[in-house]
Formats: sequence, structure tokens, C-alpha cells
Amino acid sequence: MSSKIKRNVLKSMIIGVLAYMGALGVPQTAQAEYADVVINNYADAAGMRPAVFPHWFHRIRFRCKVCHADLGFAFKAGGNKITMAKIIDGKFCGACHNGEISWSVENCAMCHSGVPGQPTHFHGSTVQRLIAPAYKPLQVKDTTK
Amino acid sequence: MNQKTKAISLTCAVMMAAFMWNTQSHAAEVGEKESPLMLAEVSSVNTFNVNLKKPKSRNLPPAEDGIHDPENEATHSLQHPLDAYKGLPPSDFGNYVDWVKAIDEGKIRPRWDRADPNSEPFVMDLDIVRPVKASVPDVVFPHRQHTEWLLCSNCHPAVFVPQRLANQISMSAILLGQKCGLCHGKVSFPVETKTCRKCHSKPKPADWEPPLSEATLKNPWK
Repeated sequence: MSSKIKRNVLKSMIIGVLAYMGALGVPQTAQAEYADVVINNYADAAGMRPAVFPHWFHRIRFRCKVCHADLGFAFKAGGNKITMAKIIDGKFCGACHNGEISWSVENCAMCHSGVPGQPTHFHGSTVQRLIAPAYKPLQVKDTTK
Repeated sequence: MNQKTKAISLTCAVMMAAFMWNTQSHAAEVGEKESPLMLAEVSSVNTFNVNLKKPKSRNLPPAEDGIHDPENEATHSLQHPLDAYKGLPPSDFGNYVDWVKAIDEGKIRPRWDRADPNSEPFVMDLDIVRPVKASVPDVVFPHRQHTEWLLCSNCHPAVFVPQRLANQISMSAILLGQKCGLCHGKVSFPVETKTCRKCHSKPKPADWEPPLSEATLKNPWK
């Protein structure tokens, strides 16, 4: 009788350990900094890695107002439809990333450093903590017509 | 007793297997679609589950954080958050840095103007008290901390009408990223249990009683 109980306990323990190991195998989610923004409106389609914007790095150096009032950045990830053409014209990122205030745009891979295929998203936002928001890629307007 | 343990372990194992199968099949599904509706990863739901991996450490370097591509050479030349946060006052949420305190203590001096390092913000010290219907403490909105970072036009009048009783704010709206949630829960301190009292900071008056719900009023306790 007691040996049967022992065997059963052993069996349950083994199953328990297996279940625990299984849980460890569950893919781990990204652990980027709070407020890191991945912008992938056009990058993937153009064969570039998506751009990653670290809010933490920039807020040490500039107040929110500089970008969100002076430079016209919307309070929305991917909401500005930024293209490299706008950047080299001195708009958005290009207002500082021009070789004068900060390093210039020839350092492509410093921004375009994201894991390819990621959607545009705001890492660590409350909405993302609770549900995985779906992002539809922006519709590019056909200007040739 | 042994039956019970066995049953619990078995259920556990089956649930784990089902969960893993589910995630894998889902991943395969997403990969197959031609023009996928892309999903961001859920970052912290289920953290209460002790069987799931706990975050190894906070503020990981870019190459290990899951959104930067470690195969990209320049990723390794990006600054590590922990190097940047040295000496800054800590907090329990967000970047684990108390940004407002950092500015108050002069630990960081972020520019107010893109090019002019000596430009100073126009700080307005005005607290707005918002009574809350529910039993949580009332909200005090401090303009001072906000005008250190932002311009009036960032919030007024598009997000908040600068007029008494003109703004309907609810926690649901905030959690969905509107009103305060436009920044809080994204960049400025997050919306979680640890941060409730940062806004809900004014205790109710001593004689305050929670209003009875209509259902109770119609059908009072006997």
C-alpha cells in the first residue's frame, strides 16, 4: 500500500516537474525599455530594419515640448508618416539629426536597428500590457495618379 | 490525498501543453499570412503566474531587449539604459527612474529649446483638484511638473478644455490611451496599482460616505 502511494507521489512529482519545464519553454516576450517606440510604416517594405526610438535617451537631453510642440511630432506611434526625404529636409528627426545638434543621417543602422517584421508599436504601454494591439500598416497614397 | 495531487499535476500538465500548442500554432498562422495584421507582443500580462519566467533584470542593454536586432552591428554601439540612469533617482515602475525628481534635483538638465541650452521653461504652479465619484481619493493635477516638460498647447485645448467641468475623464478612457492616457501609460509614469496614488492623492473629506448604488437604494438592506 505504502509503496503504491510512493509511486503515485513520484509520478505526480515527475509530471509536475515536466509541466514546470514546459512553462520555462514558453517564449519570453520583449523586455525593452518603457516607452521605446518601434516605427515600421515603410522600413520593412523598403528593405530596412524598422526604426527604434528610445524615449528614455531623448528625455534626458530634451523636454517633451521640443519634439511634441516645436517639431510637430504627434502623440501617436507611427502617426507622423516620417520618411527619409522629410528627415534630410530638416523635418522631424532631421531637425537635430543633421550633424549639428546630433549625429547625422548617414548612421542609418543607429535608428534602423529593430528586429525586422515588427509592427509599429509603443513598447510597454498600458494598452500593450493588457491586450496586444493590432496595427494595420499605413496605406501609402499613390501620388502618380 | 495522492489522487488529488495527481489530478492537480495532470491538469497542470495538460493546461501547459495546450497553452504551448496554442502559442505555437498561432505563431505559425501569423507567419503564413501574406499581408498580416501585425500584433505587438503583450509585455506583461500573466506575470502573476509563478510558473512563467520572471524578467531576468530591468533595463536590459539594447542587444538583449527583444526589439533591437542583435545582428545589426550598430545595435551594439547604442547606449545602455543603465549607464544613462547612473545617479538618477529610482522608482518602481516605467523606466525605474523618477524623471520628475531627476529634473527637480538637477540631476538632468534636458533642453527646453532644441538649440539653446540656456532657454528656461515657463513653469506654472497651479494645482487642479478633481473630485472623484468613487471611493478612491480625489485627484490633484499639478501643473508644475507638467509645465516643466510641456507647453500649454500640448494639452490645451485639444486634449483638455481649459474650463471647469468641461472635461469628462474616466479611468477607462485613460487605460485606452485617451486624456491623461495620451502620455501616462506610454511615456510618463504608467497606469498600474503602484501609481494610483500619484494622482489620487487627496483624501476624501472626513464626513464623506460612498454613495449607495441605485440597486441598493431600491432594495435596501434588511
